[in-house]
Amino acid sequence: MADVNSTLPLLAVGASLGVVPLLLSARSPDVREGWTLAAGLAKLALVLSMLPSVLGGENLFFQVAEVFPGVPIAFRVDAMGILFALVSSSLWIVTSLYSIGYMRGLKEHGQTRYYCYFALALCSTLGVAFSANLLTLYLFYELLSFATYPLVTHHQDAEARGAGRRYLLYIVGGSIGLVLPAMLVCYGAANTLDFAPDGILKQAGFSGPELATLLLMFLFGFAKAAIMPLHGWLPAAMVAPTPVSALLHAVAVVKVGVFSILRVLTGIFGLELLGSSGLDSLVLALAAATMVAASLAALCQDGLKRMLAYSTVGQLSYIILGGALLSPEGLQGAMAHLATHALGKISLFFCAGALYVATGKQRISQMHGIGRRMPLTMGAFLAASLSIMGVPPLAGFLSKWYLALGCVATEQTVPLMVLLLSSLLNAAYLMPVVYKAFFLPIPEGEPTERLPELSSLCTWAPLVTALGCVLLFFFPGVLLDLTALAAREVWRV
Amino acid sequence: MEDALQLIISKYNYWIYITLMMIGLWGVIAKNNLVKKIVGMSIFQTAIILFFVSMGMKKGATIPILLHGHAAHSSPHAAEYINPLPHVLMLTAIVVAVSTLGVALALAVKVYRRYGTLEEDEILEQIRKS
Amino acid sequence: MTEHLPALIVVVPLLTSFLIFALGWLKKDLCFPVGLFGLAVAASSCMGLLLRVMRWGPVTYKLGGWEAPWGIVYVVDTLNGMVLAAVAFSALIQWIWSGPSVKRHFQDRLGALYGLQMLFVTGLLGMTVTGDAFNLYVLLEIASITAYALIAMGPERASLSSLNYVFMGTLGACFYLLGVGYLYIMTGTLNMADLARLITGLHGSRAIQVAFIITMVGLWLKMAFFPLHGWLPNAYTHAPYPISGLIAPLMTKVMVYVMIRIDLNVFGPVYSFEKMGLEKAVMWLAVLAVIMGSIMALAQKDLKRMLTYVILIEVGYMVGGFWLGNKSGMTGALLHLLNDVFMTLCAFLAVGNLLYRLPGCSFPELKGAFSKMPFTMGALVATALSIVGVPPTCGFFSKWYLLLGALEAEHYGFLAALIFSSLVGVVLFFRVFEWAFFSTQEHEEGEHHLSHTFQEAPVQMVVPVLLVAGGLVVLGVFSGEIVSGIVEPVIPLTFS
Repeated sequence: MADVNSTLPLLAVGASLGVVPLLLSARSPDVREGWTLAAGLAKLALVLSMLPSVLGGENLFFQVAEVFPGVPIAFRVDAMGILFALVSSSLWIVTSLYSIGYMRGLKEHGQTRYYCYFALALCSTLGVAFSANLLTLYLFYELLSFATYPLVTHHQDAEARGAGRRYLLYIVGGSIGLVLPAMLVCYGAANTLDFAPDGILKQAGFSGPELATLLLMFLFGFAKAAIMPLHGWLPAAMVAPTPVSALLHAVAVVKVGVFSILRVLTGIFGLELLGSSGLDSLVLALAAATMVAASLAALCQDGLKRMLAYSTVGQLSYIILGGALLSPEGLQGAMAHLATHALGKISLFFCAGALYVATGKQRISQMHGIGRRMPLTMGAFLAASLSIMGVPPLAGFLSKWYLALGCVATEQTVPLMVLLLSSLLNAAYLMPVVYKAFFLPIPEGEPTERLPELSSLCTWAPLVTALGCVLLFFFPGVLLDLTALAAREVWRV
Repeated sequence: MEDALQLIISKYNYWIYITLMMIGLWGVIAKNNLVKKIVGMSIFQTAIILFFVSMGMKKGATIPILLHGHAAHSSPHAAEYINPLPHVLMLTAIVVAVSTLGVALALAVKVYRRYGTLEEDEILEQIRKS
Repeated sequence: MTEHLPALIVVVPLLTSFLIFALGWLKKDLCFPVGLFGLAVAASSCMGLLLRVMRWGPVTYKLGGWEAPWGIVYVVDTLNGMVLAAVAFSALIQWIWSGPSVKRHFQDRLGALYGLQMLFVTGLLGMTVTGDAFNLYVLLEIASITAYALIAMGPERASLSSLNYVFMGTLGACFYLLGVGYLYIMTGTLNMADLARLITGLHGSRAIQVAFIITMVGLWLKMAFFPLHGWLPNAYTHAPYPISGLIAPLMTKVMVYVMIRIDLNVFGPVYSFEKMGLEKAVMWLAVLAVIMGSIMALAQKDLKRMLTYVILIEVGYMVGGFWLGNKSGMTGALLHLLNDVFMTLCAFLAVGNLLYRLPGCSFPELKGAFSKMPFTMGALVATALSIVGVPPTCGFFSKWYLLLGALEAEHYGFLAALIFSSLVGVVLFFRVFEWAFFSTQEHEEGEHHLSHTFQEAPVQMVVPVLLVAGGLVVLGVFSGEIVSGIVEPVIPLTFS
């Protein structure tokens, strides 16, 4: 796979950065939201324009500046990166539409600030997706942390302040306290930070414990991946407005975390080194523990968004598990899960938000019979839940299938067992919500008439993404091509 | 004992300036009254000036001023004249010391006008109270 | 004309300051523009000189045509070229920025204030460009005495804080002078290059040892290196805010430059690092400086005072980075010198904007600052990111070299101190941002950001701050070129 120079990566990343002055100077809310959607479409168009080259085996490369000897700020668009970019940029458009409905429906304050930081967050997300080396990835990872802080603390009340502090403590504490020293050690040993197909640390001569420490520093330092016990920021971040929780904490921010870990596993350590040093078992153990513990925690939650947050923590570890299986199918499953979980989880969050806007309800215990008042919304919820559980004919089945194939191919039964157990637990915490919504009677004293759903953008968005879950199952072409290409790039040696 | 006495007597200029410096330093650090601190600072600076001037001395040499006759006929023997360079340098240093003294005294006046006292502990008391 | 640039850099500001003093009596309105012109000339000359030196190598200028070592020589290589440009541009930006605030607070003393500011810049530029040890003392005292006077122009506690600065600063300068005296006794010369040549043969001498230590202590007093930092927090906090914007970014950094110059080009790296054996002690002092500075900054409840403790931390970085004794550490220290000038400038100018509009900058008084003054707070956010060390701002890149140097030298104490202070920096600044962001104002419906609470500082004060904030990112992205073109040529080849 050759590198071709092109400015497209820079343009794709910068599209949403350039729209910020336009947002700030917009005369009316309609113009402002119009610019946001325009930027989203432009970004998606730019990403799509790079797709044919990548599918054809040509990775697009752009160097911004060589800031350290041997380490530039540079972009490289390869299969892994463009898959992540496609997911993020397409879902941004849907989320922007949803935001319009949500923010206007609740008459939220500070909307201009909200849209600006959202644009910056997407710029950073694509920056991470297209990073050619660990330094560029770190740069955009940090920018993302600081761009999302105002979004998490949007409500500016005491609860938001506490959530913001936890957010910073885990995420910035992890990146500056753990990732930065680890990065320096890698640079000191290898004099480069590029993502190489077989990693850069093979010749470094680190001993087993040293490598293990380095790996742990990366795993926990990239706290956006929410590996337990550094997951605490994610449930706390649910105080943010739901579109923020939906896109950022189901798609962009958390996927940036696992994406960074996948890049470190495949591009810095290299899968061969991981296997020979036995560190893959360490990663598998941490991922498996997180999957199970998070699912159990989700069972105990009454707040709908908090339950979804713990579900996300568990689902993220699926991706890390897939990477650590050290098999092509496993990596394919991991990358596919990045896309399918994004679609599914964002639908679930959209539904939660639509429920809140329409009825003000946030707790699962309050949602008896709500399915009769909002059948479309809860229908989308059902479809998305089935996708998360991995039931065909929904997209989530594809990623879980490949993950299972990966376990079988490398003859690792424990991860397979954990996958099955976790899927059962997923059903255990998702299905009761659906059951309560459709099959339990509406409590005494509450209104019973059907709510007008289709008039609100808040309902259209989850319908679109839930439909996406179905369609992706039947038309998985591009997804599977990209994941296969990604696996080939890593296993070419 | 003999050696120590020899050491003190032969290098008496250095001992004088060290003593003066320590007196000055003690004044700046240990004294409570602002003017006494300023005096200490001034003594410190003067000690250094004396040190520099004394380093130009030579045994049996005279002041570095050339009389008419010498300059016209032959080049002067440097060993017969004290080194004038430290003196020149110290002219500058004296100017600096005087300016610093002036600024310090002006500040002390300002402090006195504001707080009514020149004792540092009383001033800090007043600051703590407000 | 251009061959006289090194002298013009000092002479033009000097003459301009006298002109301003005169104009202060005759026609006050001309003080600002005349000074602006003088600084613009100085800044462009410094930039031109830096570019020339980067291309053609060091420039030597003999004052009055007298040959060294009898005459005073001005030498410009990429190190002081960089510092010259940084000082001149920082002063120029602050001068432009200070217009409205000086007009408001110092209208009656315009001539004195601007004249003293110009003299201060003269002293700094002269200190940077000179190649003569005693000339350095003279210009150091010019800068210091004007600084004492400028700081004392503030209200209330300023005079006492300035007086304490007078005491400690004079002690420091006198120590430096004493060190120069010892060197003169042993070598008979004051020219830096000549001293370097003669000192190579004198490594065993006790007098040179003492000279080294005394000179270092004097310089540490002047740059507020822990534990000789006592004067700085009070002096910089109580100084009037236009003055802090001038002095805070420059004074201590130029003193760090002087320390580097003397250690590398007078005593020489072999003597400074191998023969003296002081590195361990200095490194631990640097670690203490960083840690104590961070802890003391955490204890502050006022933004301006907190920033003065941040200056102490930055000085700790630079001294520590230099005394690590390896190439990465030295690169980090030198790059940080440049970056810190602009980081501190942006921070103090932003605080100046805040003080122009708000009654004070203690944390409770900052409530709602983000909605009142979004541009200023935005610049403050950029500065905070740079101080913490977030790419792509310049602070990250110098910190990277410092960390790398610590790793290579296996000085894990300094490494831990660097990481600790970065994390503390996040807490320090986000505490401030919490106060400014989480206001008690009611949420307005569908508000446009230009609400009636918007009371940003005047354009003349906002644009420079935003320019410097943008400059922080530009400096960061160009770190590679700066290191290869400016910093690397200066580091002696003895360091691998």
